[in-house]
Amino acid sequence: MIKVEGLTKRYGPHTAVNNISFEVAKGQIVGFLGPNGAGKTTTMRVLTCFLPPTEGSATVAGFDVMQEPLEVKRHIGYLPETPPLYPEMEVDEYLEFTGRIKGVAKTEVRGRVEEVTERCALGDVRYKLIAKLSRGYRQRVGLAQALIHNPDVLVLDEPTAGLDPKQIIETRKLIHGLSGDHTIILSSHILPEVSTTCQLVIIINQGKLEAIDTPDNLTARLQGHETVFLEVDGPPDDVAARLQSLDGVSRVTRKDGHGGRVSFDVETGKDPNIRSRMARAVIESGWNLHELRSVGLSLEEIFLKLTTAEGDKEEAAGGAS
Amino acid sequence: MNNVLVLAKKEIRSYFASPIAYIVLGIWALIFGYFFYSATAIFVDYSMRAMMQRGQAPPMNINDFIIRPLLMNVSVIVLFFMPMITMRLFAEEKRMGTIELLLTSPLRDIEIILGKWLAAMVLYLCLLGITALNMVFLFIHGKPDWRPLLVGYLGLILLGAAFLGIGAFISSTTKNQIVAAALTFGVFLMLWVLDWVSSYSTTPAGKVIAYMSITQHFEPFAKGVVELKDAVYYISVIFLGLFLTVRSMESLRWRA
Repeated sequence: MIKVEGLTKRYGPHTAVNNISFEVAKGQIVGFLGPNGAGKTTTMRVLTCFLPPTEGSATVAGFDVMQEPLEVKRHIGYLPETPPLYPEMEVDEYLEFTGRIKGVAKTEVRGRVEEVTERCALGDVRYKLIAKLSRGYRQRVGLAQALIHNPDVLVLDEPTAGLDPKQIIETRKLIHGLSGDHTIILSSHILPEVSTTCQLVIIINQGKLEAIDTPDNLTARLQGHETVFLEVDGPPDDVAARLQSLDGVSRVTRKDGHGGRVSFDVETGKDPNIRSRMARAVIESGWNLHELRSVGLSLEEIFLKLTTAEGDKEEAAGGAS
Repeated sequence: MNNVLVLAKKEIRSYFASPIAYIVLGIWALIFGYFFYSATAIFVDYSMRAMMQRGQAPPMNINDFIIRPLLMNVSVIVLFFMPMITMRLFAEEKRMGTIELLLTSPLRDIEIILGKWLAAMVLYLCLLGITALNMVFLFIHGKPDWRPLLVGYLGLILLGAAFLGIGAFISSTTKNQIVAAALTFGVFLMLWVLDWVSSYSTTPAGKVIAYMSITQHFEPFAKGVVELKDAVYYISVIFLGLFLTVRSMESLRWRA
């Protein structure tokens, strides 16, 4: 339903999204997970044709965002981070207006308004001015607006941000109820949010795609993993074999070295002594060790960031202990 | 076309849901009412005197003494009211983030722009309606020629449409309504006084600059004369304004 290939978006010298590719099948709920400023909103804005990509392509429901933006927009319902509401309008009137501009025929728009009003539980406030609504209701009006033309794809940017716990649970339920009929992409910077509602999680950090997997697999993969970067002067194959033979090392990946040195990414288990044992192994074999450090922000660290920023302890522990 | 009307309807509603429309219309009615009363009172005063000294003064004509100067006045006062009508068109949507709704809905940019411009036109026509209401009194108590009046209103509509096109463009360049209003007012004022150039410069460049003056082209309309060059001028300014707005919306996507 959604296909993104090599998507890059630069704002002047700043790269917001860097070469991201992924695919989403029909009816799936996909969670975009990443700390603030990771590029989630930018990616969503490209998908909804609000921003053009700098490089790469994206297709939604078979239509390219650059070639056929009108068709893409017809198939997408989008809830931006702040719901785009007109405070001087009544809820009912607002939904009718959004329905009309999204191409719902005049004869059908009333029926659609009734349906989304019911679905998003807006019956009590339908004749109230949007200016007078609470945050939770505003979010629901925003969601109703995204659903009004019964789109194939729903793009929801932080749908539960700023809601109280009860509203969060209601919103999650609502989103869950929508899957099946709609393909949904939602973003969040909170792990539990995504792991409870989504079938697939896409983790991005600083514009780069870090992982795509099911929530369960991710948790398993993360159970105590660490990546260490090594730069060594020595015969590559021997070094790799020696590192691999160490207790607690699960995978050694060779990388391009320069100046006769070889670099490796070594995935290890959770062991506070592993780095010193690696260093000793290299030195005792008679090779020179140039560099040894833990790599940037590991997936786990991103996860930790995500889970500790907000969200409840239990689920965080389940995700990243 | 359907989308344009849907958008225009929403825009007109938000004019009348906010105090803007009422303030603009109310102040306008007051100011124009004062102008109208003064012009009529002076006319009545003069014609009384002319009657008393029969034979010395030429017969006085409502069209020349009331309608034409009033129409000229209107063409200048609208200058002060236009920024209030156009400042919010795009600036408000940009600040509120609702522009994201419009730009991610299956609408063409030109539909959004025409919808907003049309709504502004409707409010402007309400202003003209108030002036027309005043003019009705002239027909009740006198016999002015209605043809030059009609031509005058045609001119005012063209003039307003041109102003609103430029105003829409300026509003689309900023998030801040006050900035939009100030810029719009500045540009309109310049366009008004541009024809002063003709009084001290006779070079071709001076003529071109004077030709760009927006109010100068209105004078023939006020006299009841439609000249092709004036109509062409206004229509080109309308197109220019809307075209620039389209470009500005496009650049919004690339820069945002």
